[in-house]
Amino acid sequence: MMRIGPLEVERRPDPPVTWVLGVSLLAILAAMAASGVIFWSHGVAPLRAYGVIIRGTLFNVRALPEVVRFAIPLLLAGVGLVLAFRALFWNIGAEGQILAGATAATWVALFSPVPDPLKLPAMFLAGFLGGAAWGFLPALLKLRLAVNEVISTLMMNYIALYLVSWLVHGPWKGPQMRGFAFTDEFPPAAQIPLLAGTRIHWVTLLLGILLAGAVAFMLARTRLGFEIRVQGESLDAARYAGIDPTRTTLLVMLFGGGAAGLAGVGEVGGIHHRLLDPNQISLGLGYAAIIVAWLARGSPLAAVLTALFLGVVFTSGDVMKVALQMPARVTDVFNGLILFWLIGSERALYYRVRWVPRREAPAPLPVPDAGAGSGGPGDGE
Amino acid sequence: MHVEAFLALQNITKTFPGVVANDRVTLEVRPGEVHALLGENGAGKTTLMSVLYGIYQPDSGEIVLRGRPVRIRSPHDAIARGIGMVPQQFLLVRRHTVAENVALGLAGTPVLFPARHVQRRIEDLGQRYGLLVDPQAPVWSLSVSEQQRVEILKALMRGAEILILDEPTSVLTPQEALGLFAVLRRMKEEGHAVIFITHKLDEVMAVADRVTVLRKGRVVDTVPVARTDKRALARMMVGRDVEFRLPKAPATADGEALAVEDLWTRSDRGLLALRGVSFSVRRGEILGIAGVAGNGQREQVEVLTGLRRAERGRVRVLGRDVTNRSAREVFEAGAAHIPEERVRMGIVPRLSVAENLVLRQYRYPPFCRGPLLDPEAIFDFARRMIAEYDIVTPSARTPARALSGGNIQKLILARELSGEPGVVIAAHPTSGLDVSATEQIHALLLRRRQQGAGVLLVSEDLDEILALSDRIAVMFSGEIVGTVAAGEADRERLGLMMTGQRG
Repeated sequence: MMRIGPLEVERRPDPPVTWVLGVSLLAILAAMAASGVIFWSHGVAPLRAYGVIIRGTLFNVRALPEVVRFAIPLLLAGVGLVLAFRALFWNIGAEGQILAGATAATWVALFSPVPDPLKLPAMFLAGFLGGAAWGFLPALLKLRLAVNEVISTLMMNYIALYLVSWLVHGPWKGPQMRGFAFTDEFPPAAQIPLLAGTRIHWVTLLLGILLAGAVAFMLARTRLGFEIRVQGESLDAARYAGIDPTRTTLLVMLFGGGAAGLAGVGEVGGIHHRLLDPNQISLGLGYAAIIVAWLARGSPLAAVLTALFLGVVFTSGDVMKVALQMPARVTDVFNGLILFWLIGSERALYYRVRWVPRREAPAPLPVPDAGAGSGGPGDGE
Repeated sequence: MHVEAFLALQNITKTFPGVVANDRVTLEVRPGEVHALLGENGAGKTTLMSVLYGIYQPDSGEIVLRGRPVRIRSPHDAIARGIGMVPQQFLLVRRHTVAENVALGLAGTPVLFPARHVQRRIEDLGQRYGLLVDPQAPVWSLSVSEQQRVEILKALMRGAEILILDEPTSVLTPQEALGLFAVLRRMKEEGHAVIFITHKLDEVMAVADRVTVLRKGRVVDTVPVARTDKRALARMMVGRDVEFRLPKAPATADGEALAVEDLWTRSDRGLLALRGVSFSVRRGEILGIAGVAGNGQREQVEVLTGLRRAERGRVRVLGRDVTNRSAREVFEAGAAHIPEERVRMGIVPRLSVAENLVLRQYRYPPFCRGPLLDPEAIFDFARRMIAEYDIVTPSARTPARALSGGNIQKLILARELSGEPGVVIAAHPTSGLDVSATEQIHALLLRRRQQGAGVLLVSEDLDEILALSDRIAVMFSGEIVGTVAAGEADRERLGLMMTGQRG
């Protein structure tokens, strides 16, 4: 235990839920305060900026569906990441897995002989497999050659990015697009239906929510989930219990990559209806999904809420552009700051701080030994 | 005869949420004495010394040093006042030399080449106290007992007049412990005061002048060692009479339980750790493996339990060849494993007690049906185990890490022994546990032996080996230097074998 003035600080290995929530909220508030500097430097009062953003997103009937529209890919990729993080696989590659899913779905939509009624199911299946393959490779590299997955998943993002870029500039460049680096538009059968008047492709949304529930159930109630939890808490105990880390890790990454792949299907099938410049497809969603997973603290169900929160952040980009004449990319800075504060506050989770004003100190005795250091606040001899 | 106290802790009270770690503890230490602080784990010994060393501030009470009340705010402060501590886990930079470690953070050393400056003084102090160690040697090349000497030298170089030693013999051979005791006597003669934290009664009798016994945070008594005996101390420490030797029926050994033939393996660093080890354990007997840590015991246990590959040799469990099979296959062949790393390997700290109890069997009925777990069956089983093995836990849903060390170990034994394994491989099963928990663990191991299991007991605690084993094998440098029947073994002889002399 440590004392800082009237505060007592003390280790606590099992923090209560309220404390976890409190620390997460504080991290978000700290990120907002830090981003305030950016608003201020653009000559916009930070409080006014946040007022405008909140009114423009949460209290705007037109903007709310946009929040959900962004939450869909964030949820799918986020649930996959929650699972990977639970198994201690540090997957930074959701971005690439989204693009891989989008590419596979595009192939089905434009170039495969799949009959129309089966187009959408086949696109989801192909997207899942594409994302899964993108997640599987780094997992295999880690298990067989001990390649650090943070590096390999990150590098795989660039491979996906340039692959898509090459496709849309080269072989898949749409003849009807007159020089633009797009593929042709998907046929109607390959477009995911939207809720009227919005950009919410509800099939993908439903998939995301179902997957979150399924992963929660899997972790809590199945043998595989038990093995993932044991492995995630203690590799030594997993070895002792005879759990095969190869099997769990590969399954986790197949699934996690697949979930991100589904997010990619949703983006091309529900929003863009074509494969286009990779940065316009993923928009950094795969990186933001890391925040979704981190905020959710290992709970797939909590990822539904955190995905919505990050959805608000993404939507606020447009509000900033229109209402505040600020670059939408400020949201990236904000996202970075959230992650910074979240990870920075990680240690604070495991400490309890209590307000314990010191009792009246007894009259000080004569100091016996000078040079023994100066007294701190509230420190009587 | 009254000797002026050098240091007095008066009415020290220290509470943590829900626990009174020290309750009005008073302790006086005189110059030129070795003062033992005796108590079970959780009795408050370490808390008290942390208060003295400035790591914790007491809630009330005061520390009087040389007749004056003082407030010790930090270890730095404690050192400045002449209080030194030799921790259980050494704080040494392994790649640096002894002299560099001693010079690190030492006041008054020059900025350039500080190690040279201290070299002579290390040698002088070493001569004076019998703390011989080569100042030029890198720390990683030293034995554990030499590293301990470096820690003591560090404290002495910083002017420690009072030296606190926290369970210093837990890492030493009996002979090395005797060497340490000789050092302590030298320090005593030079007028230092030594506070010796321990829960081993023999050591108190061997080296201390006076002993203060703590139980549940309170002082039971302070007595001169000359006027007490082991039995009386044990009663003060535990609060009841203690059986030093559990009743043990004669061995009924017949039939092979575990057999090892010419086993070779390497350590994590790629060095040969086992060099042709052979032995067998019969049903109904306990084979003790004695030896100083780092002589291949850990690797041996890992090979036997499927956690490390054997390069050569055979392992048979109940007649089945399990050489280089997985941990799961070895367990399922009938060999339970009580691992050395209780918290790191034996449990999953954040999972519940119930989930930890099925860590070995979660994949079999009744604990699962197909791919699904059956929480009902898991909790039923957990409640039975908690009752049968006397595991003290608020509930079956409590995370395992909330349990005390003794209860964690009982959880592990419950899990490992409930399937009535024919072979039990127990590594340091009671290290760090208090007397009561140790008794319970020993009783469980003896019961398993009684029921016909062959038990391999690896331990650094010779008393434990002597109390439980039917035969004792001693390991040194990856080999078994000899095996003796328990009746013919004594500490002296085993201690010599532990240094590599053939028995």
